[in-house]
Parts: sequence; structure tokens; C-alpha cells
Amino acid sequence: MPATDEETVVPYVITDACLDVMDRTCVAQCPVDCIQEGERMLYIDPDGCIDCGACEPVCPQEAIHLAAALPAELQHFEAVNAQFHTATDYGPAGPGRAAGVDHPVVAALPRR
Amino acid sequence: MPHVAVVGAGPSGLFATAELRRRRPDVPVDVLDRLPTPFGLVRYGVAPDHHRIKSVTATLAAVFADERVRFLGNVGLGSDVTVAELRRSYDAVVVATGSGAARDLGIPGEGLPGSITAADLVAWYNGHPDAVPVLSWPRPATVAVVGAGNVALDVARVLLKSGTGLDDTDIPDPVRAGLDAHPVHAVHVVARRGHHDVRFSLGELLAFDDLPGVVPVVDPAGLTDDPPPGHAARARHAVFRRWAENSPGPGDRVLRFHVHRSPVAVLGSTRVTGIRLADPTTGTASVLDVDAVVRAIGYRGTPIPGLPFDPERATVPHESGRVEPGLYVTGWLKRGPSGVIGTNKACAVESVGSLLDDLDDLPAAAPSAREALTAAHEVVDWAGWTRIDRAEIALGRRHGRARTKITDTAELLAHARH
Repeated sequence: MPATDEETVVPYVITDACLDVMDRTCVAQCPVDCIQEGERMLYIDPDGCIDCGACEPVCPQEAIHLAAALPAELQHFEAVNAQFHTATDYGPAGPGRAAGVDHPVVAALPRR
Repeated sequence: MPHVAVVGAGPSGLFATAELRRRRPDVPVDVLDRLPTPFGLVRYGVAPDHHRIKSVTATLAAVFADERVRFLGNVGLGSDVTVAELRRSYDAVVVATGSGAARDLGIPGEGLPGSITAADLVAWYNGHPDAVPVLSWPRPATVAVVGAGNVALDVARVLLKSGTGLDDTDIPDPVRAGLDAHPVHAVHVVARRGHHDVRFSLGELLAFDDLPGVVPVVDPAGLTDDPPPGHAARARHAVFRRWAENSPGPGDRVLRFHVHRSPVAVLGSTRVTGIRLADPTTGTASVLDVDAVVRAIGYRGTPIPGLPFDPERATVPHESGRVEPGLYVTGWLKRGPSGVIGTNKACAVESVGSLLDDLDDLPAAAPSAREALTAAHEVVDWAGWTRIDRAEIALGRRHGRARTKITDTAELLAHARH
């Protein structure tokens, strides 16, 4: 049983409903600038995310989910978001990472 | 060089300051707050166990790394300076003082002992310098929390965790002892809104699944089979349906949701003994026996001399944040008490955009008036807050905690001095 809030509060995850749309309304809402841009979709840095939830309701694509409530078919996006921020294959991590790359799972998705 | 005053060092004021820095790094900004401490509702409103959300303070504090941004704490709008004085002294003024007053239910019995506002309870458990103890019930208590938003859930969670369950937080020792001295064995959350319209966020609801010894229960009446639109609302609906199946055993503490129920009277002669609810559609009444009622139905802005005020919306009328050229509002005072912390960032971007559209055409303020304005007050600057910050961290460390808040204004000021 989790004892602290640190463990029970789960960050948010952007899923493939963002793919090839990238509305970016969420970027302006994020108080800690933890949403980064790939070439075809946006990603949330789970270490930067403070769980405020500002991004989730503003996405016109409903692409943003609470990780704890991800539908089964979208669960792999939790790792996709996290890996985009930590893996150096996509350029230097952190704010200002150059757009133009995507997580390989995302890059392999068909164009919409 | 124009000079801007931002009144209120909460998230809205500091998002506005950050946006001013980003767009006009040459313009100095003074951030005033009536308290000796920055961060407003992040420090005194966000629940103490929401560590991740509270970590936004690191982002908010970053504006003070620039020497052109000054913190002028312990300077109250209305008590120490007026809007008129600020307008004479600064080229532009942004007011971000929020909505401090609690909304009332407007029902009989609301004033009975044992009937309190979430605003007062939240301020107390967060160690606000102006707060007083508000828990008064015989033990162990059943408490009704009226409200359909996350403040109601914060209150329910904090009461059910009690002081011991908040051991890893920054709450002051008297608050921890006060919560432990007033144990709660059941909380009824009462919402006028229906299941599809409640404002509880999914993450806040799911936190109750992890609360040891607490069983969340939903009255299945009124819980429809049709899921609402929107994936977050659908997921919330699924949580309610799951909780409708829960049956607490003896010894379990219960969090019971009564949705689509209007409170019509707080009952009791010398103190609260119950609350009467009515189905807003059929009028059918029911009574919950409770020892206390906490109303968490929102906040209201209060009029500020020198600013127009819309009593209906309890906000300051504005156009894209502009009250008139030279005077701006942002945050809850501008749009009412809604949204989460991040919502205030986009709100501040809009208001600062209006300010910067005007700034170069505004009449210049008198710098001498600016310095005279604060000369008569004991101002807590950023270095002073840093000393308070260090003292709180040291206080917490004695008991293995990251921080323990200091609540007494005189003590805060003493730490700020040296």
C-alpha cells in the first residue's frame, strides 16, 4: 500500500491522438514547461510534471490521460513519454530539445 | 525606464512576473505581498500532502534570481499601500490578490458551532499566519463536506489521514496535534451536481483507493449507466461505479459520496448535529447525522478600493486583463476561483500581453514616490524570505521532515531580519 502521495499521484501522458495534430494548447498551460515537442507529437516529461492537470482538459484531441487511467491499448505511451525525455538518441534532453525527432514507436506510426 | 508593480506573490502574480521578464527583460518588477512569505495558495491552499504540485515553487521562485525583480513582502494592499498610491508610483500595476473569501450556502443553521468553511480549515492546516483552530467536534466524528470540487476532496483526505497520516508534510506541530485530537471515522461528501457534472479530478479521486483503512463508497442512486462525454469524465464515472460496489466492514472508516443532493439546512441547537439534504429534482429529503459541516463550495473575490468590482461574479471587470490602461488583473480576481495552478499561467500571459501593448504609451510614474511608499514599512525582501525558508527547513529537520512551517507573523519577521 503506497504510504505517501509521491507514489499515489501519477503524472499525465500524451497519446497518439496528438499525432500529426500538435495543437499545442497544452504547452501554454503547463506551469513548469514540461511538455516537449517532437516532429509529429508532444511528450510530457514525467520528472518535470507536477501533476497539476492543467493540460488534460484543454487538449481538443483528448490526447492527454492520467497515467493511472490509461486505456489498455494506450498504456505503452507512458513509457514513450518517459523515454523521449531521458533517451539521448533524440538529441540533448531537457527544455529546448530540438524538434524534428520522435520516439521510434511514434515515428513508425502511419501518417494521419 | 518603466517600472511595474505586481500585487500578490502567488502563482498568478509570479506567472505574470515571469511573462514580463520573458517579453521585456529590461523592465524592473516589484512583487508585493501582504505576507512575509511568497507563493500564496501554493503555500497556503494546496494540500500539504500534494508534494509534487507544491514543487512548482521552484519554477515560481526563479523570477527572483534576476536583480531587477524585487520581493516586497509584508506589504498589504489596503492596509499598507493603496491602489491609488501604487498607480502614482509605478507605470503599470497588476493586481493578483485572488479570491480570499469563502462562499456561503445560504441555508439555516450555517452559523452553528461546528459549521465551518473549507477556506478557514485549509488556511489552518496549512499554517496561515491569520488562521485559528477550527476543529471542535466530540470524538470520533462524522463530518459532512459540502462541495463538488477538489477542495472538498482535499478536506476529506486531510481529515481522514489525520495528523499522523501527514507526518511527511510541512504542517505545523500544533496542526498535527489538533488533527490527531479530532479523529474522523466517516466523511460524507455532498455535491449538488450530478455524477456527470462534479468537478472532482480523476487523480484526486483515485488517491482514496490508496488511503489505508478508508473505504470510498458511492450511493448508487442516480448513478446512471450512460458514461458522460470526455475520456476523463468517463474514467471518473468508472471509478464511481466501482465504488458503488464497495461495502465497508466494521472498523473501516468510510468516505461516502452523496451526489445530486442539495443541502437545505444545517441541524442542531447548540452545535451541529446533522445536515438535511434534498434531491434537487424530486425534493425528497434525507438527514445525515454529522458532528460538523465543512462548506467547500468555492471562494469569492472581495472588493478592493481603487478597483471596479462586479458583485455578481465577485471579480474585477476587465478586457483581456486590462481594467484600464496602467491597471491590470490576473488570476482568480480576474476570472473567478476556477482552474488549476497551470490555468493561471495562460491567464497571466493574456494580462501581461495587454499591459505590454499599453506600456510605452503610459504616463511615467515618479520613482521618488516608489521608494517613499515602502520606506515606512518593515519590508521582507527575497533575502529575508530565504532566511525564513532556511529556518523552516531547519525546524523540519529536527523531526526528520523536509520542512515545518512557521506560522506566527512576528516569528516570521524575526527570522527575516537575521
